Amino acid sequence: MSGSALPPNVTAEMAEEQPASGPRRMVLNMGPQHPSTHGVLRLLIELDGETVVRCQPDIGFLHTGIEKEFEVKTYQQAVTLTDRVDYLAPLSNNLGYCLAVEKLLGLEIPPQAQWMRVMLTELTRLNSHLVWLGTHAMDIGAMSVFLYCFREREDILRIFEMFSGQRMMTSYFRIGGLALEPPRGWAQRVRDFIGRFPGCIDEYEDLLTNNRIWIGRTRGVGAVPLEDMLDLGVTGPMLRAAGLPVDARKDEPYSSYDLFDFEVPTRTEGDVYARYQVRIGEMRQSARIVRQAVDGMPAGPWKADAPHVVLPDREKMKTQMEALIYHFKIVTEGFRVPEGEVYQTIESPRGELGFYVVSDGGVQPYRVHMRTPSFGNLQVVPKMVEGALIADVIASIGSTDFVLGDVDR
Amino acid sequence: MLGGKFDRGEVTLDIVPARISSVCGYLKYDQKFARLSSVTAVDRYPAEPRFEVVYHLHSIERNLRVRLKCRLPGGDPAIESVVAVWRAANWYEREVFDLFGIRFIGHPDLRRIMLPDGWEGHPLRKDYPVTGSRV
Repeated sequence: MSGSALPPNVTAEMAEEQPASGPRRMVLNMGPQHPSTHGVLRLLIELDGETVVRCQPDIGFLHTGIEKEFEVKTYQQAVTLTDRVDYLAPLSNNLGYCLAVEKLLGLEIPPQAQWMRVMLTELTRLNSHLVWLGTHAMDIGAMSVFLYCFREREDILRIFEMFSGQRMMTSYFRIGGLALEPPRGWAQRVRDFIGRFPGCIDEYEDLLTNNRIWIGRTRGVGAVPLEDMLDLGVTGPMLRAAGLPVDARKDEPYSSYDLFDFEVPTRTEGDVYARYQVRIGEMRQSARIVRQAVDGMPAGPWKADAPHVVLPDREKMKTQMEALIYHFKIVTEGFRVPEGEVYQTIESPRGELGFYVVSDGGVQPYRVHMRTPSFGNLQVVPKMVEGALIADVIASIGSTDFVLGDVDR
Repeated sequence: MLGGKFDRGEVTLDIVPARISSVCGYLKYDQKFARLSSVTAVDRYPAEPRFEVVYHLHSIERNLRVRLKCRLPGGDPAIESVVAVWRAANWYEREVFDLFGIRFIGHPDLRRIMLPDGWEGHPLRKDYPVTGSRV
């Protein structure tokens, strides 16, 4: 499906203004195939020499109607759709959706499942930040950082594969707990990785933090006043880099985050360099959380005690009539969710991820709206690049860390 | 305000559609709801009033969230835009316009955002088919 083209009058309007505003003005069409837009973002940029006068993002090229698709899937089936929204942080999406439906159902999730969710969501944050750091640095010209980041990302993907059988579209969190029992030997695998990882962050920092070219390209670039960011709907690391310590994990704790000891890194400069520092700080904090989760993982069941929602154990199905009946009903029909509506937010690697789930009492969601962080964050791009140089556009949009699947849905 | 409810720890307020802009202004400036999280809609087809426009507001200062809801009739649904209150509403309202066909009066740039301009229909309406092709 092709995305929305700007109506001819917008382009024409931009071109018409040219004679009045000087002979050097031109309109540059950046994207949708531009490699630095990480997906299919189209930016229509009006230039005066090398200075950006006006910028207009054009999105929709990846719109796949996921919100419509939710309405014809049962609640449990729809988990797989959430993976495909923000494909760099699939487990964060799984978690947001599951928490929302569990809130509607009033389900209580056992501690082991909650902690496992925290651990894997934090590994997802590392995964997402590593992709961001690698590609962002490569956009600006630091090629080798990409190779370092993807080395560690590979380890994380292997851990995901160990848990769920999938590297990217994991769907490992299900309504009521986890999809599968945690695999044998997971703790050692995660512990090995997380023991090594802080040293890897030091390596990235060696490459970038005091690198004069990196500082020259990022410091003072893309800064937007905090009031504008709040007004334009920006969330996540971008806000924290501008000095506001807002983090749903602290402010509205979910899934036992209140039991973990971690800090929310902030900076006050609000430029591309500050966002880099905040995300590096977040990686260190995530590593801390993962370590606490591995060390303190509670024993016990990994799915909720709710036979009408959670599939029974294989062994019980062979010996108990009720288990067999529940299994048949859940598989053929799904489970009913009481009427109501909830808005559940979590802190995804990119910011506030909200799931607004409306139920009419049936087996399929009546309406699911995803408040995705990338969509909110992208609105600030014109504000960020107008008045700056064209070369800084790449640094600015890289620091926004959006995923176009998350924008267009 | 027409009513409200407190369910599963969340506050929902029903607002008269004609007053949405002033209610939002009051909540932003006097009640410190600095952030508009999202604007979306729910189609209750075939019930009337058919559409619910839903606003999620967030106050970082008070660590509080509130949901506003306006009900609109099915024939030519339109409601006042809140872009003047929060600029963030711009794209969210365009999305609702695109996918539900609800017009936002006073919106500075009301055109489709996800689908091509020539698209027929509004996919998130309940009477829009999930699969099939145009003949």
